[in-house]
Amino acid sequence: MRKVAILSYGMTKVDKHWRKSLRELYGAAAKKAMSSVSIPNIDALIVGNMCASDLSDQNNIGSLLADYLGITPSTAYRIEAACGSGGAAILGAYTAVASGMYDYVLTGGVEKLTDGVGGNTTYSLGKASDAEYELFYGSSFVSINALIMNRYMHMYKTSRETFADFAVLMHKNATKNPYAQLPFEISRETVLNSDMISDPISLYDCAPVGDGAAALIMCPLDVAKTITDSYVEVVGIAGATDTINISSRSDLLTLNSTVAAAKKAYAMANVSATDIDVAEIHDTFTITAALSVEDLGFCEKGRFGKMLSSGGLEAGGKVVINPSGGLKARGHPVGTTGAYQVAEIAMQLAGKADKMQVKNAEVGLAQNIGGSGSSTYVTILRRP
Amino acid sequence: MSVPRYWRNMPKRERLETQKCEKCGHVDFPPRGRCLKCGSESFVPYTLPDRGKLMSFTIVRSAPKGFEKMTPYVLGIVELSDGTTITVQITDVDPSEVTIGMPLEAVFRKICEDGDSGIIEYAIKFRPAL
Ligand SMILES: [Zn+2]
Repeated sequence: MRKVAILSYGMTKVDKHWRKSLRELYGAAAKKAMSSVSIPNIDALIVGNMCASDLSDQNNIGSLLADYLGITPSTAYRIEAACGSGGAAILGAYTAVASGMYDYVLTGGVEKLTDGVGGNTTYSLGKASDAEYELFYGSSFVSINALIMNRYMHMYKTSRETFADFAVLMHKNATKNPYAQLPFEISRETVLNSDMISDPISLYDCAPVGDGAAALIMCPLDVAKTITDSYVEVVGIAGATDTINISSRSDLLTLNSTVAAAKKAYAMANVSATDIDVAEIHDTFTITAALSVEDLGFCEKGRFGKMLSSGGLEAGGKVVINPSGGLKARGHPVGTTGAYQVAEIAMQLAGKADKMQVKNAEVGLAQNIGGSGSSTYVTILRRP
Repeated sequence: MSVPRYWRNMPKRERLETQKCEKCGHVDFPPRGRCLKCGSESFVPYTLPDRGKLMSFTIVRSAPKGFEKMTPYVLGIVELSDGTTITVQITDVDPSEVTIGMPLEAVFRKICEDGDSGIIEYAIKFRPAL
């Protein structure tokens, strides 16, 4: 297996891009990634996306995007793993380069949620769950996670205030991110007084609905060194899965897929949780942030609240979590969120994150979840 | 939902029929190709118990397509008396009176109507034990 680097990346602001289509969004991000380096060709296009079939009436988006970009790769296809599509695409690109099959792989993802009409967007997102045994009973993506959050609050005697404080921190971080969808500060009361969607999850516990695209070019490490100074090495990468139906899990409050993917990625990178300087984690809902922080090993089970209130998740703490603002405030264009995360970590380690920059960041981690924990992709990057 | 798609799941969703692992006794719901616990592929037919207690719940206020008229309704994870956990709707109760740990029993109810000309879907819900 060859060592692999992230050569370049580009992203669009996450937003309700009413005037831009699926192909234009990905085109904008990919052109940024392609124009910042000089490479002979793109050998493969592997793009993450969840909802194009439902909301944009479009399959075959690998070919669509290659066509729009004016490239003729050997293969071009979409990877769909719900909200984990971006992370899954990057894992696909990694294996394609590491194996020696392709040298230059254009990856990342694109999502166009605002092409949905009526309740179609919510319905499409809900399909991340088990359609025959979860959706059938009138559950949605929010209510499935609300079941987890209510159990967490019951077991660990955690209040809504604790979760609200995480949303407040994410919004504060996002004010420094030019690509963020919600770059404004909120208060604890903003969250507590927002509309209840599915108790105990209120509107401000949720990531917003938005469109976006993030593109990355991956190539062999040895080649990257000859092209640019700002490449970043992929030192650990792994995926793991769990039951799709949350009620089948041995412990409702553990993301087994995150535990397993992190364990594999840490071992591959030869690091532990304490070595991570900066992490972009998958906070679809504030409860997802709590489980993720715990299951990545940044604190013990049930200690998320303590870790947060002691400042452990921000600059000067144990690990800087989501300097981008996370899914909560950078935004969550579902099938490309994992690509944003990896691009953001690469940006941090290359020292190009401007106002978001975490000082002296050497090792960074991105954790991208598919469904309500049915899969997780963990990518660990290191500054050269 | 197409009629065959609804019809083929009736034994599971309307009668709680599933399978039990012949080797380790683990019960899977929904049924799987291999036992989640031990990986065995030999099963015997099994019907889930109709009593249990509430492990977690949520009050759905913003509903997915087809369920809008029913809000607020309660969705729960029920731990059945044999230890199996399932996701179902909780019914016949004021949402504000639902608590984690409350004893429940199975009841046959309408789930939703598939538009004006579609089928009416039924399944098991759970209500506070009488
Ligand atoms: Zn078994």
